[in-house]
Amino acid sequence: MQDQDKSSELAAQVREAAARKQPLRLVGLDSKAFYGHPVDAEPLSLATHRGIVRYEPTELVITARAGTPVAEIEAALAANGQMLAFEPPDFAGQASLGGAVASGLGGPRRPWGGAPRDLLLGVTLLDGQGRILRFGGEVMKNVAGYDLSRLMAGALGTLGALLELSIKVLPAPKVERSLVLTVARDRALQLMRDLARQPAPLSAACHLEDRLYIRLSGNASSVAAWEKQIGGDGGAGNDFWSKLRNHKLDFFQSERPLWRLSLPPATPRLDCEKEVLTDWAGAQRWVYSSCTAAELRHEVAKVGGHAILFRHGDTETPVFHPLNHVGEHLHRRLKKTFDPAGILNPGRQYAAI
Amino acid sequence: MLSSDEELKPYECDGLAAYRVVPLLVVLPGSVEEVQAVLRICHAEGVAVVARGAGTGLSGGALPHEDGILLSLARLNRILAIDPDNGCARVQPGVRNLAISEAARPHGLYYAPDPSSQIACTIGGNVAENAGGVHCLKYGLTVNNLLAVEIVTIEGDRLTLGGGGLDGPGYDLLALITGSEGMLGIVVEVTVKLLPIPQRAQVALAAFDDVEAAGQAVADIIAAGILPAGLEMMDNPSIRAAEDFVHAGYPTQAAAILLCEVDGGNEEVSEDIARVRQRLLDSGASEVRTASDDAERARFWAGRKAAFPAVGRISPDYYCMDGTIPRKHLPHVLREIARYSKESGLRVANVFHAGDGNLHPLILYDANNPGELEQAEEVGGRILELCVEVGGTITGEHGVGLEKINQMCAQFPPEELQVFHDVKAAFDAQGLLNPGKAIPTLNRCAEFGAMHVKAGDLRFPHLERF
Repeated sequence: MQDQDKSSELAAQVREAAARKQPLRLVGLDSKAFYGHPVDAEPLSLATHRGIVRYEPTELVITARAGTPVAEIEAALAANGQMLAFEPPDFAGQASLGGAVASGLGGPRRPWGGAPRDLLLGVTLLDGQGRILRFGGEVMKNVAGYDLSRLMAGALGTLGALLELSIKVLPAPKVERSLVLTVARDRALQLMRDLARQPAPLSAACHLEDRLYIRLSGNASSVAAWEKQIGGDGGAGNDFWSKLRNHKLDFFQSERPLWRLSLPPATPRLDCEKEVLTDWAGAQRWVYSSCTAAELRHEVAKVGGHAILFRHGDTETPVFHPLNHVGEHLHRRLKKTFDPAGILNPGRQYAAI
Repeated sequence: MLSSDEELKPYECDGLAAYRVVPLLVVLPGSVEEVQAVLRICHAEGVAVVARGAGTGLSGGALPHEDGILLSLARLNRILAIDPDNGCARVQPGVRNLAISEAARPHGLYYAPDPSSQIACTIGGNVAENAGGVHCLKYGLTVNNLLAVEIVTIEGDRLTLGGGGLDGPGYDLLALITGSEGMLGIVVEVTVKLLPIPQRAQVALAAFDDVEAAGQAVADIIAAGILPAGLEMMDNPSIRAAEDFVHAGYPTQAAAILLCEVDGGNEEVSEDIARVRQRLLDSGASEVRTASDDAERARFWAGRKAAFPAVGRISPDYYCMDGTIPRKHLPHVLREIARYSKESGLRVANVFHAGDGNLHPLILYDANNPGELEQAEEVGGRILELCVEVGGTITGEHGVGLEKINQMCAQFPPEELQVFHDVKAAFDAQGLLNPGKAIPTLNRCAEFGAMHVKAGDLRFPHLERF
């Protein structure tokens, strides 16, 4: 598909929909259609609004249109020894940059490499009135005005469609090694936390079914030194991390409701977890629950976390962790600021927005 | 609560001392409940509230409002928890930046953002300004090192943004509040991320005969896949001023020097510093030194860290700018600054966070010479305009406050400014929190079509400034 700038057509489509109060469902490459509540609306397709706009490796910034496939961006970066440090998942094998940022999801490297919001430097936003607005920019440090670009990361398109995104990129590690240790869950959690406290070149730490998977990234010498110290065997290759990132592991092949828990990483085993995959050195846990949604959310909230019903939810249970009334009030008012007619992905995240 | 003239006087300005306003009252709450009570009263009575941490800010963000309350968070200064297992610290807003790293050190951990005023500035102020420092390229800004912030809204409600994990539910209001300059809510508790202290750091000092080659060397280091912990540049006037002041052993004939620090594991640092050294030589450095021990490393840094006060010694007054530019435009921007300097007859010394493109030109002037302050303002305005022109920003880390409010008109069109006002209204419909700062009214922009910059004296001259 050829690179093209569809900004004005997209803006016209939004203005026209706003005039009719016609809801729009924002679609990139549709790899995360399952995520959030279904939106009954006309599609606003960003797939053809695509192409890398600017990329100068020595500036450590890439600017691309929303519909650009993540794979295309990663290939361009890899050719220059660089990477998207947040390792965005592309569940269906084809994700767009706009969707990767709008969903706010990060891969196994997230605790060390950052989330989309950490690497997002600027956006061109198409808001719910069809206005094209620019926030942030292409420089690393910028404190002029409120940081509205980062607000868009994880907002699931409810505040606007991201037309163009500027992302900080990082040098790819020279060497990556994966280690596997056979160790039970509670012990693994302790090991992950101990490692995270040391200046080790960690770039992923995951536990599944009595195996602890560790990835080290950095200079050859440093990786070798830590590999020796940690031990285990090098059995798991990069294949494991790619399968983890894109939910291709057997663990994810179930039709049962899958929960994503975001927790203080040292949180011990939860009562509600029936089967669990622990990622992010403990901070992200994928869980098949033995409790009701309310019980699980109660348990998670008690320790300061939140729970997302990531896949295979019923139509009744809210996908995203309920907000308190102060938070909900602010969400409503921000929604009104950017999308007064309430036409952009209404209800996909919360009923109120 | 303070209300007498002599009690209020110390609060009349922050680090930008050119602006002074005595507030109606100063209140120093001792608990979050007291903050809530103060805000409820202000909300009900329609009274303006300006929050203040240590008052070290450089853009007038904590300048009081003459009919408003100055809300000092200084008494909320307890470290509530150092939690090494979860890699975080929970602190009150009045805790000093450096105090967090000091408390975390026994656990082998530290808090990464290190604004130059870190011995005095508070974490609440750091959140309000999204404070930076010299290690941002590798470790990020304040926004990248927070897990949660609890705010009190103007209505007096408490709200936690972020969460105990690496993200919170809903919109990323944590990112929005960071750098919002006290306009959206009052920060009453902060949970920061703690990182393992690197095993070792090493620094190289390179001298260049021309500034362009130094700029190219920065690009070459990045192109080699090295992510330095710190990468700083000084031009000749800054080198000379710093050398005269602290005798760091800088080459005073050099057109520019680069300081490049790498950190990490022992072997990694040895490998990286050798590569940095080779790159610097390949890029045309006339001389490259690497620190042989921690004492020498500290000496290399001493000159850079003393650059602001050093410049303060060679000029009665100076005006510090804070623009950020795409790095590739550095030679052009420095040439233009030299031209403005020549045209105005005012000397300009440049120090530069070269890794992340954040430029601090120091414009030297003498306020006692009639017209010089205005000239300095004009040069400053032209420099900021230039930063915007090449795709950069008017402020990288000092904030807009009152100081750069007119330059906001150059950076943002009216539509974006209106969105900023609407976002402000979503949090604070009556506009009571820090009124008149950070975002100019559209009328003001129309009025100040041309650039107008007010100069400011640097307070806290004993603090390192970089």
